[in-house]
Amino acid sequence: MSLSLESSASALPEPRGVASREKIDRPRAPVPLVWISLATIAALLFLWSLAASYGLVSPLFLPSPLAVFHALQGLLITGFVDATLTQHALASLLRIFGGLTVAIALGVPAGLAIGTSRLGKGILDPIVEFLRPLPPLAYLPLVIIWLGIGEASKIAVIALAMLPPIILSTATGVRSASADHINAARAFGASRQQVLRHVILPSALPSILTGTRIALGAGWSTLVAAELVAATRGLGFMIQSAAQFLVTDVVIAGIIVIAAVAFVFEMTARLLERWLVPWSTRR
Amino acid sequence: MSVLSLENVTLRYAAKESGAVPVLAAIDLTLARDEFVVVIGRSGSGKTSLLNLAAGFVAPTSGHIAINGTPVSGPGSDRAVVFQDDALYPWLTALENVAFPLRLRGVPRQSRLERARELLFSVGLPEAADRPVWELSGGMRQRVGIARALASDPKFLLMDEPLGALDALTRSRMQGFILDIWQANGVGALLITHSVEEALLLATRVVVLAPGPGRIINEITTAFGRDHLAGTPLSEIRKSHAFHRLHDELTALIHAEDEGIAA
Repeated sequence: MSLSLESSASALPEPRGVASREKIDRPRAPVPLVWISLATIAALLFLWSLAASYGLVSPLFLPSPLAVFHALQGLLITGFVDATLTQHALASLLRIFGGLTVAIALGVPAGLAIGTSRLGKGILDPIVEFLRPLPPLAYLPLVIIWLGIGEASKIAVIALAMLPPIILSTATGVRSASADHINAARAFGASRQQVLRHVILPSALPSILTGTRIALGAGWSTLVAAELVAATRGLGFMIQSAAQFLVTDVVIAGIIVIAAVAFVFEMTARLLERWLVPWSTRR
Repeated sequence: MSVLSLENVTLRYAAKESGAVPVLAAIDLTLARDEFVVVIGRSGSGKTSLLNLAAGFVAPTSGHIAINGTPVSGPGSDRAVVFQDDALYPWLTALENVAFPLRLRGVPRQSRLERARELLFSVGLPEAADRPVWELSGGMRQRVGIARALASDPKFLLMDEPLGALDALTRSRMQGFILDIWQANGVGALLITHSVEEALLLATRVVVLAPGPGRIINEITTAFGRDHLAGTPLSEIRKSHAFHRLHDELTALIHAEDEGIAA
């Protein structure tokens, strides 16, 4: 009996073994994914410039890549509607980070409360479930009535859009804390506070970071909407006013800038994950 | 001499339909500080529940758990636990994991890391100190887990199938290691296993649990572990006639219980 048990135990795959198998496989992979992606982008750019140069589409609808490039240059140097591209981008970034700061400051404690206490779950669950399915555009007018047309209402709307993913992912992370990890701390005489700080919070960190990434996505889509109303600066505002004057190259340039900034955010978030929670990305 | 005692302890888990499910019935068990008690039994015999009771993770439905006659409720740093799945904190290095119990007590960083370094040295892993634990092998992780348990300077070391996830070779090496640790630290050890061989090699007393509900059906006093500490290699003990005889006896005991249930 003991023999069969031991052999089954030794047959269990070790995590290290899996990792090294991956390392052996990698050089054999034929074409790196990045190359395929880069080729796709190049092909799309090529088709775009082809369509523009043969006049297949009116420049009013689709200006050539070169025109968009020149528009970008112009945006950087002379700007559009009284501000350069940098100033527009800075205004938008400040709103995003303002919203993110507020959302994390409120959302993480709220998620901890939902995940660790029945009372907290009872109180906060209906509020989160009410807020979560609402499109930010639906409550934007109300927030403007309450907070005015200044920066406060824009940051508030972005924060509100970011709150549900941060709260829910924190709560999920709290629930994913392993019973053994918690029991080990209890056996060493940890208080409830210490378990929360030293075990539950670090356990939830990978999930909180994932939630933050989702929240940033929600933040960008809300940003453009928030800048529709009474903004004088911001990428969303820039695109909107360019559209009103049918300056299509600026519209496309603005879209590309937003995509580029969002891409940098995503990459930064992934780097941050690899640095802060290496154990969750490795296993 | 401290003694951990379970007196007439029963445990039932509340189930929704069939009422309370009995897990353990009328368990009487004592563990002195110079003892190495190994609890063995088939799956479902309540081995882990027994350890969870002793650790204070769950409260008994009836009966008393006490240390030197003083009732205990809940976990405490006088009983350290080593988990099957090591339960090391992946966000801490090996050294920080070992220092963790001291950190909870507010020991200053410098002195707790110093103590942790000594402990890592004593489990033979000084070079692993600054490595993340998820980089270590199963055997190394379990040694870090044992070092961490010892950091709280416990009176009793409770181990829940600590070698269950290890390969056979590492496992037999770790058995000698656990014996050395037990002797060097003067702790009462309680170890759960389903390996008859492991039970005989480590224990001063083997406690056999039978399922449905979990109860103690036999206790066997052995001396193989002490022989090993006195200098006999484990490999020689495994080959000895006395070892084989007890191994067969114990296996038969567990099997007999099997047939009893089948009938």
